[in-house]
Amino acid sequence: MGYPHLSHGRETPVISKYFGDAEARTLAGWQARGGYEVLRQALATDPVDVQNVVKDSGLRGRGGAGFPTGVKWSFMKPDGKTHYLCINADESEPGTFKDREIMRWTPHQLVEGAAVAAHAIYAETAYIYIRGEYTEPIARVREAVREAYAAGILGANAMGSGKRVDVHVHKGAGAYICGEETALMNSLEGRRGNPRIKPPFPAVAGLFAQPTTINNVETVCAAIHVLRNGADWYKSLSSPSNPKSTGTKLFSVCGNVARPGNYEVGMGFSMKEFLWDVCGGPPPGRSFKAIIPGGSSVPILTPEECEGAVMDYEGIQAAGSLLGSGGVICFDDTQDMVRQIARLARFYAHESCAQCTQCREGTAWTTKILERIRDGQGTMKDLDTLLEIADNMTGKTICVLSDSCATPVVSGLKKFRHEFEAKIPKNRSSVMVPSFTTAAA
Amino acid sequence: MTAPVAPANPGMVTLTIEGRIVVVPPGTNLIEAAKTAGVLIPHYCYHPSLPVAGVCRMCLVEVEKFPKLTPACATSVGEGQVVHVHSDKAREARKGVLEFLLINHPLDCPICDQAGECELQDYTFAEGRKDSRYMEPKRFNPMEDFGGDVLYVPNRCILCTRCVRFMDVMAKDPVLNVSERGDRAYIGKFEGRDLTHAWAGNVVDLCPVGALLSKDFLNRARAWELDRAASVCPSCSQGCNVMLETRDNVVVRIRPRPNAAVNQHFACDVGRMNYRWINRRDRLEYPVARTANALTPASWSEAVQQAAAAIGGATHVTVLASPSLSNETLFLLSRIAVHVGASSVMTMERGDEVPLPGVPDLSLRAERVANHTGAALFGSTESDAPLASLAAGDVLIVADAAASVTTIPDGVRVVVIGTVLHESLLPHVVAALPVCNFAEEDGTFTNLRGRVQRFLQAKAAPAQARPSYRVVGELATALGAGSFPPLAADVFAVMAATFPAFTGMTYRTLGLQGAPLPLLVEASA
Ligand SMILES: Cc1cc2nc3c(=O)[nH]c(=O)nc-3n(C[C@H](O)[C@H](O)[C@H](O)COP(=O)(O)O)c2cc1C
Ligand code: SF4
Ligand code: SF4
Ligand code: SF4
Ligand code: FES
Repeated sequence: MGYPHLSHGRETPVISKYFGDAEARTLAGWQARGGYEVLRQALATDPVDVQNVVKDSGLRGRGGAGFPTGVKWSFMKPDGKTHYLCINADESEPGTFKDREIMRWTPHQLVEGAAVAAHAIYAETAYIYIRGEYTEPIARVREAVREAYAAGILGANAMGSGKRVDVHVHKGAGAYICGEETALMNSLEGRRGNPRIKPPFPAVAGLFAQPTTINNVETVCAAIHVLRNGADWYKSLSSPSNPKSTGTKLFSVCGNVARPGNYEVGMGFSMKEFLWDVCGGPPPGRSFKAIIPGGSSVPILTPEECEGAVMDYEGIQAAGSLLGSGGVICFDDTQDMVRQIARLARFYAHESCAQCTQCREGTAWTTKILERIRDGQGTMKDLDTLLEIADNMTGKTICVLSDSCATPVVSGLKKFRHEFEAKIPKNRSSVMVPSFTTAAA
Repeated sequence: MTAPVAPANPGMVTLTIEGRIVVVPPGTNLIEAAKTAGVLIPHYCYHPSLPVAGVCRMCLVEVEKFPKLTPACATSVGEGQVVHVHSDKAREARKGVLEFLLINHPLDCPICDQAGECELQDYTFAEGRKDSRYMEPKRFNPMEDFGGDVLYVPNRCILCTRCVRFMDVMAKDPVLNVSERGDRAYIGKFEGRDLTHAWAGNVVDLCPVGALLSKDFLNRARAWELDRAASVCPSCSQGCNVMLETRDNVVVRIRPRPNAAVNQHFACDVGRMNYRWINRRDRLEYPVARTANALTPASWSEAVQQAAAAIGGATHVTVLASPSLSNETLFLLSRIAVHVGASSVMTMERGDEVPLPGVPDLSLRAERVANHTGAALFGSTESDAPLASLAAGDVLIVADAAASVTTIPDGVRVVVIGTVLHESLLPHVVAALPVCNFAEEDGTFTNLRGRVQRFLQAKAAPAQARPSYRVVGELATALGAGSFPPLAADVFAVMAATFPAFTGMTYRTLGLQGAPLPLLVEASA
C-alpha cells in the first residue's frame, strides 16, 4: 500500500503487501502470513542453490548501486573463515524512506530476509545497522529479533536446522556516511564512520577483516519472495523491456505531490503514469517543475524528461538520471531551484566524512557559493566556478558522496540556469565579502 | 577482462611510468615504483613509514585502461601498466586538490616555521593556480597546545592524518583523532591526553605543512637559513640517523634522517632535544699545561709533550674515556693504553628504555651513550667506581668524561682530553688538550647492534680545539705508540687494518647509512 495513502490499484505489492496491517508485525501474525517458511526451506538448501535462484531472478541491490545480488552472494565461498552479513538500514539519503516502512510494518520480513541472506553467504552472524533517528523501526526490529530468538527461529539451532544464525541490531548515531558500506563496517567496529579505500573489497576483508556481504533492507526482503515464488515469477512482475531490471521496486515519493508515500510497482513502470496517476500528480493548481527520481544523489529531471521514462535502472538512466535508492522528490512550480539545490549541497557538506580533500572542501565551498547566489550576492563567474568545482569533486574520491554533491549542482545548472541567472544582480562583477566569521568546532 | 600479460621480468613487475621502464617487486605501490625511476608523484597523506590512508587524493595519476584517475599510494603496480603522472588530467586533478587545500588556508607563510620546507608551498608553486577564486570567509580555529613539544595550528592543517596514524600505529598511544566532519573537521586530542610519548615529536616532522610545530624550534630560524650535516644521534646507543641543522654555526634543530635499518624516519624526543650542550660556550678553547704551580696556556706541542712526559713517568695509567667518543678516538686511546699498559674504564648514564612499538628494534635505549659497543671492542670496561684503584704516582687520562669524575686521590696527575675543563680536576691537571665535540668533527659510532655509522662535521670548533682523533693520535705518537694519520677516514683505515672486527670497512663502504660489523654479518650468515 502507499501508506499513509491507500494502495493504488496499479501497484504490485509484494514487499509492501502488509504495510498498514498491524498484525503482520508480530511473530504469530507473520507466520500466519506464511512467514519464516522460506527461511526453513533455505536452511535446508545448499547456499549455492540459494545464490543461484537469486542470480536467476535478476534481483539487483536496492541500496542505490544496483549490483546483482546473487552475484554478490556468490563472491562468498565456503572458505572456513568467519563470514558476516551486514544489513544496511541506515537509510539517510534525503527523499528515501522505504526501508523505514518495511521495518515499521514487517520487521519479521527483515529478520527473515537477513537470516536467509546470512545462510546464503555462509555467515552465522548478521548485523542490522539502523539509522539512529529511526526510533520506531529500531524498536520494532528489536522486538521481532527478540521474538525470533524466543521461538528458536534464530540462535544456535535456527528453526531446528542445526545451523546457527544470530542477528544483532545496531543503532547508528546519526551520520549519513555510515550508510556507505565500508563506513558502516567501521562504525560497527566502533571506529569513526569513514569509508575505506578499496581494495580490499568487503567480500575479501570486510567487517572485522572477515569476508562480508552488505545488503540493503529491501534487497533481502525481495530475496524472500524470489525464493518463495521462484525466479521466473519474480521476473514476470516487471516489464520485459529492460531484462536487467526485474521484480518490483519500492519508491518513496515526497515533496510537492498530491499523494506522497511509498509505492511498490513493477520495474519498467511508466514514470508519467506513476507520477500523475499513482501519486496523483502535483498538488492542486500547481505543475511539476523538477523531479529527482532516485534520492538526492542523482541528477535532477525536468517533467518533460520524466514523461517518456520508464522506472527501472536502464530506463531512468536513459532519461538522464539514476534509479538510485528509489526516493522520488517532487518540486512544483512554486519552488526556487537555487534554494533547493543549495539546501541539498548543505546536506552533503554537513555529512562529508572529511577524509578526501575534494569532498571536505568542495562540498562546503559549493554550499557557500550557492547560498551566496541564493541571497542575491552571486556573480556570473560563480556559475563557471561551481561547474569547475563540481568537476574537481567528481570521480576522484574514496566514496561517491563527493560526486553526489556535485550531481544536483551540475544538472540543476544545466536545466535551471535561468533561475540562477535571475538571482545574479545585473552587471555585478565583484561581491561583498561577508564579515569574517568563525567556524570553530 | 584483458588477457594477463606475461611478465617481462619473472618474479618482478615491469611497467612504464612517465615513459620510463620500471621493474619492481609485486605489491609495490605506484609512488614507490615511480621513485625508482626518479619520478616524484606529488602526495600528502602517504608516508613510507605509515600505513596507507589514501585520503588526500593528491597522488591521483592516470593509468591507461583504468576508467578513472587512481590514487598512486593505494594502487599496486601491475604488469604492463602505463602510468602518466604529468598528463593533463592528472595535473588538473592535482591543481584542484591544491585549490581545495588552499581555500581555507591562512596563507601565512611569512610567519610559518614550515615555509621553505612545506609541501603545500612547494606543490602550489610547482603546479597550483596562480590566483584564488575563493571569496567566502575562511574557516578559523584557534591554535592549540598538544602537550610535549607540539603546537597545533588547525588553520594550516590539511587533515592528511599522518599525525593520527603515527600515534595510533607507530607509537600505539592514540592521543590524536579526527574530530568533527565536513569542513569543520580538525585534529583533536583525546580528553586529558597529551603528546608526551617519548617518540611523539615525530608528528612535527611527519606533518607536511606547518600545522604541527615544535615549540622548541618555534621562530628559531627560516628553513633556508639552515645548514645541514648528516650525523648520528649521540643520545643513546640506538644510533638513529639524524641531520644536525645549524644556523650561523649554532645547532638549532636535530631531525631524523631516514635509515630503514635503524630508525626508519624517526627520532625520539630525547635525541631531538638534547643539543644545547653542543653549542656550549664555556669550552676549553686552547691547550694548557702546568708550569710550576699554575696552569697556563701552552702551545699544542708543549701541552702534548707535557702530557706524554707525565704518562711516561706514571706508576700506573688509567684511561677514563667517554663511551660517546668516536670509534676513531677510542681506537687511538686503546693504542696508548696498550703501549703503556693502562687500564681502560668507562661509566655509562642510563635511563628508561622506551620503544617505538611500530618499528622493530627501535627504542630509546637504556644506555644513554652513543658508542659503548665501540668502547667495549677497544677494551674499555664499565665500572661503577672507575677511580677506586687510583693511587699516588698514577696518571689518569680523562677523555671527555669529566662529568663522571668525582674525587681524585692526592698525588694522582690528570691529563685532560676534552671539550671542557672540569673544576674538580684543576689541582691534578698536568695538561689539558681541547678537542672538538662530535658535531665539530668527523667520525663513526658503533651502535648497540654493531652497526658502524658515520657522522659528519656540522659546525666549526671553538678557537684552538682540534678533532679528538687527531689530538689522541699526536699524544700516542709522542708516547712512541706509533704514528697515526691526521684525517678521520685514514685513522679509520688504520683501525680497520688493526682490529679484525672492522676488516674491509672504509668510509666509502659505510656511506651515510652505515654497515654492520663484518664479524656480525658472518656470525648471522
Ligand atoms: C554516501 C553513501 C550513503 C549510502 N547510504 C546507504 C543507505 O543508507 N542504505 C543503503 O542501503 N545503501 C546505502 N549506500 C549504498 C551502500 O554503500 C551499498 O551499496 C548498499 O548498501 C549495498 O546493498 P545492496 O547491494 O543490497 O544495494 C550508500 C552509499 C553511499 C556512497
Ligand atoms: S568522498 Fe567524502 S564522504 Fe566519501 S570518503 Fe571521501 S570525504 Fe568521506
Ligand atoms: S596536523 Fe599535519 S600531520 Fe596532522 S593531519 Fe594536519 S596536516 Fe596532517
Ligand atoms: S632513540 Fe636514541 S639514538 Fe634514536 S633519537 Fe632517541 S636518543 Fe637518539
Ligand atoms: S598520497 Fe595518495 S591519497 Fe594521499
